[in-house]
Amino acid sequence: FLGAGGGNDIQWCFSQVKGAVDDDVAEADIISTVEFNHSGELLATGDKGGRVVIFQQEQENKTQSHSRGEYNVYSTFQSHEPEFDYLKSLEIEEKINKIRWLPQKNAAQFLLSTNDKTIKLWKISERDKRPEGYNLKEEDGRYRDPTTVTTLRVPVFRPMDLMVEASPRRIFANAHTYHINSISINSDYETYLSADDLRINLWHLEITDRSFNIVDIKPANMEELTEVITAAEFHPNSCNTFVYSSSKGTIRLCDMRASALCDRHSKLFEEPEDPSNRSFFSEIISSISDVKFSHSGRYMMTRDYLSVKIWDLNMENRPVETYQVHEYLRSKLCSLYENDCIFDKFECCWNGSDSIVMTGSYNNFFRMFDRNTKRDITLEASRENNKPRTVLKPRKVCASGKRKKDEISVDSLDFNKKILHTAWHPKENIIAVATTNNLYIFQDKMN
Amino acid sequence: MFVRGLKRKCFDGEEDIEGTLAGIKAIPSYNLQRQSLLDMSLVKLQLCHMLVEPNLCRSVLIANTVRQIQEEMTQDGTWQMINTQSTGQAPVDRLVSTDILCRSSREQAEGKHVPGYSAFSKDFEGDQAQDRSETMSTASSVQAPRNLQSNVWEMENPQENKGNFQKSLDQIFETLENKSPNSVEDLFSEVDNSYYDLDTMLTGMMSNTKMGHCDGLEPFSSPTTTTSSSNCKSDLNELDHIVEILVES
Repeated sequence: FLGAGGGNDIQWCFSQVKGAVDDDVAEADIISTVEFNHSGELLATGDKGGRVVIFQQEQENKTQSHSRGEYNVYSTFQSHEPEFDYLKSLEIEEKINKIRWLPQKNAAQFLLSTNDKTIKLWKISERDKRPEGYNLKEEDGRYRDPTTVTTLRVPVFRPMDLMVEASPRRIFANAHTYHINSISINSDYETYLSADDLRINLWHLEITDRSFNIVDIKPANMEELTEVITAAEFHPNSCNTFVYSSSKGTIRLCDMRASALCDRHSKLFEEPEDPSNRSFFSEIISSISDVKFSHSGRYMMTRDYLSVKIWDLNMENRPVETYQVHEYLRSKLCSLYENDCIFDKFECCWNGSDSIVMTGSYNNFFRMFDRNTKRDITLEASRENNKPRTVLKPRKVCASGKRKKDEISVDSLDFNKKILHTAWHPKENIIAVATTNNLYIFQDKMN
Repeated sequence: MFVRGLKRKCFDGEEDIEGTLAGIKAIPSYNLQRQSLLDMSLVKLQLCHMLVEPNLCRSVLIANTVRQIQEEMTQDGTWQMINTQSTGQAPVDRLVSTDILCRSSREQAEGKHVPGYSAFSKDFEGDQAQDRSETMSTASSVQAPRNLQSNVWEMENPQENKGNFQKSLDQIFETLENKSPNSVEDLFSEVDNSYYDLDTMLTGMMSNTKMGHCDGLEPFSSPTTTTSSSNCKSDLNELDHIVEILVES
């Protein structure tokens, strides 16, 4: 496994943990999305209570060369509020499903955040000076009688304590009948897509009252519905290309130049089913919970219940690499169906150089797969390894038979402790791992 | 052979008990296991109707699982077999629950069952005719006419066969699609405290997800006994939803 030897293997160390210490988890604090910005300086989280918390990395201290800057709270704001759909008599959750950063163009930062129905563009800007010296108002704020003003005083900017303000600049609403599962910003940085269970819409960042429907898989008769869209993403380089995954384990690549409504895919990626593994749960575990392009744009990664697959965009009939995340769960699928865990949607992510992929599992375990060395490692996000620069100890799950020392048996895994969201810094070996209500930051050991 | 292969992959705990005498006696038959998986799935589809709009992906996956089981049972001929086992008064092709494991004894006593199913207990057959008219009018409290759904369909479509079953799935999807504006008033009159109890019940239920329910000798009996009490209570509130949905359609 990674870290077992060899000068290039990463040794992961605990760096920080954010969030409440107690085990009693407040529903609103459940983390629902994690995302680094393009430089990695900012790290955003969204939670079930509709809040966004942004952490900023400290500038590296030259004297403390043994660790990278810590992430501290930069801004917190309420992105979405709960709503009530009166027609259907149902609540619309304020839970933040996804956050996506825009590349930085000026001093301010911009991100898109979405709940089930509404996408919002937020501007996060800093204010560290304010104009002082106005002589037009009294102490209490009332305007002075103009005849009493005898001098022209030009206000001067004076420094003040840094204030970070978040303001909603655009609200993209009323375009989704079903629940939004993905947003993805196009490489043109002018448009983005939003996907719900049955449709994908294309937006212009400046225009909120219109969106274009580019994919619609809703059957004329809802009774015929057997497949839904589970995730969608724009290609990182080709602004006309995007992919979407389905609950049947397929990925469709679409080209927006081909037609206005991309109902016909350009490519269909699907791996034939392994007949020896067929069960009543086959379809459910093949449902793709996340799809992510590599930074290079040459590959894409999909996550289904038990595995991570890497696809070459030039090969549709099977993935080029498959990594088993927790194969020991295959014999427990019935229990996992009964307790609904089989429907958990795990995300996955690439490291900056596309050489390692990471995804979460149960018992607060997360897994990394090195594509070059073919080695993998299981680590745990736990407050027990709390000391900074403590190297994380690899974990092992014992599937059956004799349990070795330090191994954990499948039956003692805690299925309430799931790691669904992970993120990798775009340039460094810094990762953010979200447990139910805590955010862990790990770094590689620097010498 | 095919059946045996499926059995091993599909159901848990097999490896643990193979080879022991006690284990061999305790393995439920494949048909029973499949039946209880079907039951479980239908209960799950009901539980979808929460305060918040149900997760469409989950509903679709469960519905597809149900269809798979249904198809296999049709090919097996088990579909027919189960019907002939019934206490006789139902139309030949109606699917009958073999009264399983996913329900507590208390639920059975109250005559609860899932749409498209009829829980066959002799206690309820007498009540059926009376209850029918009540439930047809409003979607109010669901004390007595719980087993009404199947009877409604029976009265409407006496010749209906497996379509009965399919219909329940379709209705669930149609509900997900739209609730007619006409029923808004009815729905508002529904918003009583039971909604909030439902929420608590469900959060209570969802925390009860630790594994270990399905292991050991009887994969399907243990989950029901441990979660049945919470299931039961939330189901009582959810039947408000279910009946209202079925009546609308």
